Amino acid sequence: MTPILEARGLMKRYGKTQALAGLDLVLNPGRVVALLGPNGAGKTTFVRAVATLLRPDAGTLRVDGIDVLRKPRKVRQVVGLAGQFAAVEEAMTGRENLEMVGRLFGLSRKEAKDAAVRVLEQMQLTADADRLVRTYSGGMRRRIDLGVSLVGTPRLLLLDEPSAGLDPGSRIQLWDAIRGLVVTGTDILLTTQYLDEADRLASDIVIIDHGKVIAAGTPAELKTRAGDDMIEVHVRDADDLPAVSGVLAKLGPDPRVDVPTRRAYVPVDDGSSRLMDALRALDSHGITVEDVSLRRPTLDEVFLALTGKPAQTTDSPQQPASA
Amino acid sequence: MTDIPLTAPSPGVPRAALNTGARLWVSSLLVAGRTVRKFVRTPQLIVFTTIQSALFLLMFRFAFGGAIGTGGSLSYVNFLVPGFITTTVLWSGMGAATGVAEDVEHGFVDRLRSLPIPRAAVLIGRSIADTALIVWGLAIAAVFGFAVGFRLHGSVSGALAAFGLCVVFGFAFEWVFIVMGLMGGTAQAAQQMGLLITPLVFLSSAYVPVKSMPAGVRQFSEFQPVSPMVDAVRSLTTGTRGQALLQHSTSYYVGQSLAWAAAIFAVFGLLAVLRFARR
Repeated sequence: MTPILEARGLMKRYGKTQALAGLDLVLNPGRVVALLGPNGAGKTTFVRAVATLLRPDAGTLRVDGIDVLRKPRKVRQVVGLAGQFAAVEEAMTGRENLEMVGRLFGLSRKEAKDAAVRVLEQMQLTADADRLVRTYSGGMRRRIDLGVSLVGTPRLLLLDEPSAGLDPGSRIQLWDAIRGLVVTGTDILLTTQYLDEADRLASDIVIIDHGKVIAAGTPAELKTRAGDDMIEVHVRDADDLPAVSGVLAKLGPDPRVDVPTRRAYVPVDDGSSRLMDALRALDSHGITVEDVSLRRPTLDEVFLALTGKPAQTTDSPQQPASA
Repeated sequence: MTDIPLTAPSPGVPRAALNTGARLWVSSLLVAGRTVRKFVRTPQLIVFTTIQSALFLLMFRFAFGGAIGTGGSLSYVNFLVPGFITTTVLWSGMGAATGVAEDVEHGFVDRLRSLPIPRAAVLIGRSIADTALIVWGLAIAAVFGFAVGFRLHGSVSGALAAFGLCVVFGFAFEWVFIVMGLMGGTAQAAQQMGLLITPLVFLSSAYVPVKSMPAGVRQFSEFQPVSPMVDAVRSLTTGTRGQALLQHSTSYYVGQSLAWAAAIFAVFGLLAVLRFARR
């Protein structure tokens, strides 16, 4: 089976910034892969290299077996790109945008019309097909942008931060649209800095930081790496947190405290019996708790465990388009 | 949350076929069609550029005109309007710098570059569209010119040749603005760069006779592309009165402006391609 994407020792430098520092990644077809990392990790640079928009300084890169450096034109025949910006023409209707790009993909007039109808349906934009895109909401724009990359039939669809800047309702609609694609046989590589997005959409998560892959696996595998289970204690009085932290330190490594939410938590290897230990110890210290729970680690905690720093979940300024 | 079918595509869905991509001319025309549609459907753009052009003409015709002598028997309105029409191609071309920069900035160019089309189509399409917009701008300018009192004193075929020359010149200068747009990075920066051509317009024979300029300025204005261009158009449209003001024959100015246009197109066309191919 030819990997849909194969990167070996990929390097790219911008002035002093090493955007890609020997990135290695092999993706098999039939997967939705999320490239997760903080701003400046090299996600966008990597996607732009795959889309033939920039040339890596060193390394090899193949899409569906095609060498990106030697045969960029061939690569463009199998990839679709939806960027951080909704790169559609605002002064054209949704349908016109789709038909135009369809014809650029090489479809005949008739085929492009049919493809537009199909994609509008798929993106739930049929009712708004003949309105100018400049009248669309942010979520609709993002969906038409996604749709535009689908009027061709990409084998690999690249989605660069598909839901950045969208409100929660629109994000969920966009996620539904992306999930719908999976069943049509398109492989997807999406970048995101939202952990929940990676968790919800992807079958595999690749975490990159400083231009390198630092971890890869299914969401469940990655969560396992951060510890099997987490015990989380929610106290009534924040003054009790140091004591709770002391108790938790006996159960697992490196307990963490979150003062604003009055919570402390620790990864443990044998969840249910450690939970009993925790309750007993808390009781004997006379600490009043709101709640004690045993849960799976979040990707946030996974990220912290793997990189030693928290993932950014806020909307920080975007990387420049040329980076 | 993640229990979506992942490995096998649903039955009956074939493996995606290759997208062959459109050929050079089809894709260039599609790209051009989009730029023209954008212009046509942005009324602010049309109204604003038209008003600007009209105000400019009225100002020279009625405010400054009285103080400007042509140095011959040609009336100022007949002197001015050929210059005004010719320089219209530069004013309307400036919009291209902003437009190209916007397309780069907002990812539209990336979208096109990621499609299986010849990359040249992006630039060729742009230049076709903008040349069409220049034709539109020229037509409007000509109507205004006649409205403020300009009368043709040459032959109709001469006037058509002048119009065609303006289009050729506009097409060539278009590539200067495309390069500015590609290099500008942002729309504002590109707009600022576009203003760099202002001296070429004012320090030329377009609005005032170069004879009235001090020596240094005069030399500059005689050896830059806009003056021969304006002189060619003036010579073709104002008949003997206009030609009497010029040192050389009509064909001299026409030849010179075509040579300029070819040189500008060669240099800036190449720069645009080089800049665009960089990745």
